[in-house]
Formats: sequence, structure tokens, C-alpha cells
Amino acid sequence: MSLDGAAGVTINGEHRRVPAGTSLAQLIAEVGLNPQRVAVERNLEIVPRSTFGQVMVEDGDAFEIVHFVGGG
Amino acid sequence: MTDTWTVAGRTFTSRLIVGTGKYKDFEQNAAAVEASGAEIVTVAVRRVNISDPKQPMLMDFIDPKKITYLPNTAGCFTAEEAIRTLRLAREAGGWVLVKLEVLGEAKTLYPDMRETLRATEVLAGEGFQPMVYCVDDPIAAKQLEEAGAVAIMPLGAPIGSGLGIQNLVTIRLIVEGAHVPVLVDAGVGTASDAAVAMELGCDGVLMNTAIAEAKDPVMMARAMKLAVESGRLAYLSGRMAKRRYADPSSPLAGLI
Repeated sequence: MSLDGAAGVTINGEHRRVPAGTSLAQLIAEVGLNPQRVAVERNLEIVPRSTFGQVMVEDGDAFEIVHFVGGG
Repeated sequence: MTDTWTVAGRTFTSRLIVGTGKYKDFEQNAAAVEASGAEIVTVAVRRVNISDPKQPMLMDFIDPKKITYLPNTAGCFTAEEAIRTLRLAREAGGWVLVKLEVLGEAKTLYPDMRETLRATEVLAGEGFQPMVYCVDDPIAAKQLEEAGAVAIMPLGAPIGSGLGIQNLVTIRLIVEGAHVPVLVDAGVGTASDAAVAMELGCDGVLMNTAIAEAKDPVMMARAMKLAVESGRLAYLSGRMAKRRYADPSSPLAGLI
């Protein structure tokens, strides 16, 4: 945690700062994504969609947010 | 009588599975899927672009409630990467029917069968139903089946090559030995290739590039639909025996 109380996280390889006490659901909303269409991995562990509201973002967290794209 | 096929308890009418990569745009992709009659499409799992989260998504154009999404592991070169990808896919979509491919090298995109077999075992143990891209080896096919593969999907030629079915004998051996559906995955270049795969007795064909890289993908999608149906009918009807010499079609009796 830094002096301003914000958490430094990585989302899909990009650094972001989020206010302390942000839930994963809030983070996804802030990024502008529909939680029904993505899957989230936090520090290499899958976060069940049903728990997005309860999972609190912590300083140093690394998130991978994925969705389905065209592929063969 | 309707001709259907069943994989892991799910029954489908169309024997053509199409990919959703390499299209000009989502509209063309959706139109090609429609023309192909496919009930299953393969999709890849990739990072969301968080800098531009409002850009159109595949699901806006191809409705996963109407078309079965088959998440793939394209681009994975180890069992761990493939398993991680499919766990995410399950969380994103809720599907356990998946396409497993673990590649051995970028040049040929040949499957790494040691990693593929290992991933199949782990995935089956976690409740996945993996349809598995594999080499055209009848023994490897049996091992995959034992490991929990719900479909065997040997390549007919390298991915994206469009060379046509290069391995008629081994594909047929796999078909004869399998107790799960066999689909040719990769190698089809044009409609006759798809018909050849079906005439060998395969349960279906999976393709992407042959449609997406055609000058008119939507028309080619329809050609593939007809070819798969045509090849299937030819297989079911039981083709004539081959002869080394001619046999006249008109009667010889009554010649003037």
C-alpha cells in the first residue's frame, strides 16, 4: 500500500492504481467490462464470477481478464 | 431419418465445425457461420483490451445461446498453458466441452503428443470434455481415448496449409479403431477435401482458413456445408468397388 492509500495492480500486463477498498466487481466496472463476458485470474488463480463482489483488490495483485475472440 | 452425431452426450445435426479466426470482420464471420450451417464454432481465449473495452466482441455477432462455442487452446505449447486457458474458458462461458490442442513447434503447428496426452488426462479429471487435436496415429488416438478424449481430431495436413487430406490410410485406421467421434481438424483447402474426409467415415470436419481465406468466404462456407453433407451421404450409401478396367454402362445385348 502506498502513502495515498491506493493499491498498485497489474491488469493484463498494464499497471493501474485503484483506491483502497476496491472490490473486483468495481474494478471490472471501472475498466468498462461486462462481468458476464469475462473470466478473471488473480495471481494465477481463477476467481469465480459469483465472488467478484466480495474479492477485494490488494496492492500488488496481478489480474488477467480474458474473453472469447475469433479463433480456429 | 435424420443423420445426427453425438459428442459427450450432445447431439448435433451439422457435421461441420467452423473456426472464427482470420475473417475480415465480425459481420462476414457471422454470415459465413450462418451459410455453413455449423452448430459449433471454435473460439480462442485472449486478454481483453482494457485500453479499449468498448470495441465489438465476438459474442455480439455470434450468439453463444444459439451456436455452441468450443473454446480452443490455440497458441499453447505446454500442457500447463492449455489447462490454464481452458479453466479460464470454463469460467468465462461455463462450457466443459472444449478443443484441446498443444502445439509442438510454430513452423508446422504439429501437436506435441506427450503434452497433449498429459493435458487430456488432467482435463478429463477436472470434468472437462476435451475434443483433441492430434497426430494421425491410430495408437495415439487410442491412448487419447483412454485418457478421456471425447473426440479424436487428427490433422489431415498442417493447420492453415489447405493442402487437403494427405493421410487417407491413417485417418481411416483411426476411424475404424475409435469409439468416440473422429473429426478431421486442419488441412482442408477446398470443398472436395471436406468430402474426402467424410467419405473416409469421419464423423465431422473442423476448418477455419479454407473458409476465411476464400475470396468469397460466405459462398465457400456454403460449399463446405454441401461437401460435408455430400461426403457423408456418399459414405453412408456405400461406394461402388474399384475396377482396374472399364465396365460398360449400356447393355451389350441387342447391339445393332
